[in-house]
Amino acid sequence: MSVSAAIEPLRLPRSSVWPAIWIAALAATALLYLFPQLAPWAVEYPKDWIVPVAKWTGAAMLWIRTEFTWLTRALSAIGQVPLDFALDTLARGFKIGQGPEAIELPRLSWLGVVIAMGMIGWVLGGRGLAALAGGCFLYIALFGQWDSAMLTLGLIVICVPLCVITGLLIGIWGYRNPRIEKFFITPMLDVMQTMPTFAYLVPMLLLFGNKPVSAMMATGIFAVPPMVRATMLALQRVPQEIDDFGVMAGCTRAQKLWRVLLPAARPTLLVGLNQVIMLALNMVIISSMIGAGGLGYDVLLALRSLNVGAALEAGLAIVALAIALDRLSQAAARQRPVPQTGARFWERHPFLTAGVAILAVTTLASLAVPGLAKIPESLTISSGPIWKSMIDWVTQNFFDVIEAFRTWMLLNILNPIRDLMAGMPWLAAAGLIGLAGFQLGGLRLMLLVVPLTLFCAMTGLWDKTMATIYLCGISTVVAALIGIPLGVLASRSDRADRIITPIIDTLQTMPSFVFIIPTVMLFRVGDVTAMIAIVSFAVVPAIRYTNLGLRQVSPALIEAAKVSGCTRQQMFWRVQLPLALPEIMLGINQTILLALSMLIITAMIGTRDLGQEVFIALAKADAGRGLIAGLTVAFIGITADRLIGAWSRRARQRLGLA
Amino acid sequence: MIAHQSASPGAGSVASGAADVKLACRGVWKLFGPGAESYLASQPKPNAAALAEAGLIGAVRDASVEVGEGEIFIIMGLSGSGKSTLLRCLSRLIEPTAGEIIFEGRNLLQASERELIEIRRHKMGMVFQHFALLPHLTVIENVAFPLSVQGVPREKRQARAQEMVDLVGLKGREKYYPRELSGGQQQRVGIARSLAVEPRIWFLDEPFSALDPLIRREMQSELMRLQSVLHKTIVFITHDFDEAIRLADRIAIMKDGEIIQIGTPEDLVTRPATDYVAEFTRDVQRAKVISARGLMQPLGADCDGRAVDGRVKIASFAAEIVATGRPFAVTDENGKPIGQVSPQSVIDLLAGREAAR
Repeated sequence: MSVSAAIEPLRLPRSSVWPAIWIAALAATALLYLFPQLAPWAVEYPKDWIVPVAKWTGAAMLWIRTEFTWLTRALSAIGQVPLDFALDTLARGFKIGQGPEAIELPRLSWLGVVIAMGMIGWVLGGRGLAALAGGCFLYIALFGQWDSAMLTLGLIVICVPLCVITGLLIGIWGYRNPRIEKFFITPMLDVMQTMPTFAYLVPMLLLFGNKPVSAMMATGIFAVPPMVRATMLALQRVPQEIDDFGVMAGCTRAQKLWRVLLPAARPTLLVGLNQVIMLALNMVIISSMIGAGGLGYDVLLALRSLNVGAALEAGLAIVALAIALDRLSQAAARQRPVPQTGARFWERHPFLTAGVAILAVTTLASLAVPGLAKIPESLTISSGPIWKSMIDWVTQNFFDVIEAFRTWMLLNILNPIRDLMAGMPWLAAAGLIGLAGFQLGGLRLMLLVVPLTLFCAMTGLWDKTMATIYLCGISTVVAALIGIPLGVLASRSDRADRIITPIIDTLQTMPSFVFIIPTVMLFRVGDVTAMIAIVSFAVVPAIRYTNLGLRQVSPALIEAAKVSGCTRQQMFWRVQLPLALPEIMLGINQTILLALSMLIITAMIGTRDLGQEVFIALAKADAGRGLIAGLTVAFIGITADRLIGAWSRRARQRLGLA
Repeated sequence: MIAHQSASPGAGSVASGAADVKLACRGVWKLFGPGAESYLASQPKPNAAALAEAGLIGAVRDASVEVGEGEIFIIMGLSGSGKSTLLRCLSRLIEPTAGEIIFEGRNLLQASERELIEIRRHKMGMVFQHFALLPHLTVIENVAFPLSVQGVPREKRQARAQEMVDLVGLKGREKYYPRELSGGQQQRVGIARSLAVEPRIWFLDEPFSALDPLIRREMQSELMRLQSVLHKTIVFITHDFDEAIRLADRIAIMKDGEIIQIGTPEDLVTRPATDYVAEFTRDVQRAKVISARGLMQPLGADCDGRAVDGRVKIASFAAEIVATGRPFAVTDENGKPIGQVSPQSVIDLLAGREAAR
């Protein structure tokens, strides 16, 4: 046995053995669950065994802070310069010198910015996009959100180039060193992308204080991964022939990279840019908790004081900003080079010249005309009272219905499952997950997922882990129950697709924070509210992947099924669905990851899971606790991702799709 | 089988004997797999079975060719035969596992990175199967690109690029982007670009394989036209035997990483080294490949018809000789009769009857 095992790769047991193995494993789990006294140490993780990783991490962070004060101060000072410049330009206006002699320069005029955005839209996507981009900014101005929105935009304007350059350089490094990519960069990215946003805030708060610079640093780190991935992917996708051409043309290494590979990879890189912008917006909003200010802070304040109208107003401004930035950057990604003619700069770049001119003229004019510097009160509309009265009307008329639904959900679904999960023996959970890993991906996968699961227990966070899985699990199931039928609908009718796709596109651009506002208004705080917020945020990939998966089923197979005399029902259940299932599962995988990221944010409205742990750490500025709780969430996400990914890959291979 | 193959390349290299050898490779191996180099060092000439046993893939095995100045040398093989790998070894886009590559009398494998860049900048041009045009540059910018990386001043490279664009018949489309052109036009850009540096050796890697049959023929004619003006030394890769027959001065046939036979189209058709080669040549229109000399019989008394040059293909006078019904005299380069061709042998050839010779 040992000899043959050494030569042959480890064989997976035949498929007929697996049901028996699973029954045995589940029986053992049930036994342990029902009779915890058999082995109490395997059910509740013993306190003595807890490894104080959080304490160590916290101590390390403190040590870094005290030993490297010079570094954090220097970084902070360096970061402050461009940040101040951007914020002054867009939001605050410049103040040079001190005291009464100080010269004050105005910020960019709101009207100029609105027109400039419209013009960018025009160049990138024609009249429609011009109206959309200009309209979004005009909305922000008219509804009195300009100052906050420009603070937010200023942070984004600084963070995005920072992320793009860093991401590009790391991506190039990874592309040139496949080993580093495989063993260092990709695992790091996985952790970074599954780590909840809040977990980034705590160490930044500790190192840089409650300032916009902290927000900039947190955003800078959070929004880099998609650019790194996009860069590596884009470079790998450049056809080998283009690479060969670069060599044969006699390019040096640097010439080949900058003049051949990167330009050829431009479209994929710009998709990365779009993701960076959207993630940066998301993070800048959340960073309002560590001093970013801007629209996020307005939402936060309004939520704390339960000011419905103000929260929604700021939230809608975020949505407007998100839509404008998303559509503009998407259009930029689709843009193809057009030949420029003309000798002079303004002949070659008419729009750029005109845009700068308009900004300059309106801003200069704003010195004389105050209405151009700050939008006149008489022009702005406050929608707050309208929203408030709408919400009041809903709660007054539907209070009983909403309350009944809430209580019913809580008593009949949420609480029983929570209690069920709470008693889950940690050792059995690790065993079951390890078994699944072994079945789906062999020894390697098992050796990845088991330590990740054990980490959750080892840190003493097992109860909170289970609470997280409970809420995440229920939300995922609900999201799947809503999302998959909608996806099916969108796949079967083009008309439904034309309605559903724009809606989910827009939902996807919105920062996670925004989803909390309406749910809190209607359902107050608690697990049901959290679940609804999570579902509304996480349902998008379930819809999208289902639609995509079903539409991707080869037309030849559909025709073959038709010729064989399948009814529409048979066709769906026996041909389309099985073939689309791997894709649908990938959608569910994304749903889980989104649910996890949203889950942490819902800690704001009083859940009792790992989110709460991060939240407490943020309040206490306890970096160790926050990071470890964040890592635990990341590990849950990675475990789910790897298991589902392995299943999907196997299914695709079996179906011959891969 | 192995012994047979290693003997035949020698026979085929006669044709290049007259001209100077521009590019040659000797005993080139390219093995993929772990420990390929050390394996080859310990086992100088492994056969296919030995390689398989060692877990290595022999993409190119012991290839030796000589390409003469001004010659169109075609490497022909089906997919997976190693022809593209051999081309990439010749241009040193990939490093051969063993062997040497002699370009203009010096071993390319010993050139430093810096020297290699210089060689490629000034002496090599390459055309790719899928064109490999840079999507963000216009036609003229694409053509000027190789000059631009060398640091040729803008005016000069623009002028040179324009010259090349005119040469390939794309005048008026200088400002187009590759995506706005048809496949044939894109490959014309690829050709113009590869010629911009006035290369001494021109590599064409299945340049017409991605094109429609009609466009392909048109581009083949275009290549012949260009070659009649430029007289480049060409290494051309194809999987299309008809294309090879049409364009080549000499052809190397590859199978499973080995060169099976090197020879002129006529050699391959009349004296295929293996059944594999014979299989390829079976459907070839012999009259277009075989020359008068190839069908020649000893000069007879009844040879009073007209005379043809020994290098002329049968197809060019087949109709005439059949119509007159009398043998034609065959002359050497100086016009001296050296034999004759009978109408019957031409008819046999056209009818596919082999017995004629």
